[in-house]
Amino acid sequence: MKRKAFQAALPHTIPIAVGFLFLGMSYGFLMRSKGFSVFYPMLMSFFIFAGSMEFVTVNLLLSAFQPVHAFLLALMVNARHLFYGISMLERYKNVGWKKFYLIYGMCDESFTINCSVTPPPGVDKGWFMFFVTLLNQMYWVSGATLGALLGYVIRFDTKGIEFVMTALFVVMFLNQWEESRDHRSALTGIGCSFLCLLIFGSGQFVLPAMGLMILCVTLGRKKEDREKEGRR
Amino acid sequence: MTVMERVITILAVVAGTVLTRFLPFLIFPEEKTPPAYITWLGTVLPYGVIGLLVVYCLKDAVFTAYHGLPEVIAIGFIVLLHRWKRNTLLSIAGGTILYMILVQRFFIV
Repeated sequence: MKRKAFQAALPHTIPIAVGFLFLGMSYGFLMRSKGFSVFYPMLMSFFIFAGSMEFVTVNLLLSAFQPVHAFLLALMVNARHLFYGISMLERYKNVGWKKFYLIYGMCDESFTINCSVTPPPGVDKGWFMFFVTLLNQMYWVSGATLGALLGYVIRFDTKGIEFVMTALFVVMFLNQWEESRDHRSALTGIGCSFLCLLIFGSGQFVLPAMGLMILCVTLGRKKEDREKEGRR
Repeated sequence: MTVMERVITILAVVAGTVLTRFLPFLIFPEEKTPPAYITWLGTVLPYGVIGLLVVYCLKDAVFTAYHGLPEVIAIGFIVLLHRWKRNTLLSIAGGTILYMILVQRFFIV
């Protein structure tokens, strides 16, 4: 049963393997270039296992000690997991002990596969989703570790390599932009964040930006609802 | 930061991340359906959060000597490259390499 599920899951994860190895390696390499030993990216990629937040954590580790800020930032940056979770309430039912790991290892990519792919007949759904999640996490941790190890061997001027994180988010932003015809949320995100950056400064702007963003989209929705009511 | 402070920071990040993953399953255990507002936020917010993350990456660049000019050039390049080839990894690699060349050769602080 496990073997069949593994064979069904593997092909779906190959594209993710390429992306995760590449990004994981740049993350590991970045951490190494900032002077962290290989154990940091290895353990962080395993335990945090949320790409964007791991990149952000590099900055956190290099600035002043603020654990509460780190905790809140992790909540905010990973808030999307809340909504993945809500979408997976139904699918993760009746899979036994594997449910714990499925929730723990849920990332954007595993979510995308697990919520869009129906396992072929005769393949156990729980084990299929388990292997999708496990394989993706393995790719990410291996990438991060490999990247950090490369950082010991390869020596070149790494100044500016941290831009890989900006590039990642810009591309994610562009991909989402193409996916949706309604750009209000994306623009609200940029606008609120930039406004709060100017008002609160680079140290404290994330939380107010998040609050303002939720407020803005909620008000936008209320207005839309009212307009719908009016038309009726 | 001491090693202990680093470990605590990482644990705080792990706790925050794990919480976002488990919370829905704790709040809505079996047959409870989440309110429509929450599900709606789930469809809208991801777009905004990415925008926030882009600004987060640029937060310090705005206040530097070049006011983020190398960043703007590199992002412009990523947008063009991505429109042209639509290859996520190529766009990330291309943008990062261009940025590294810019700050190492042309925008030296």
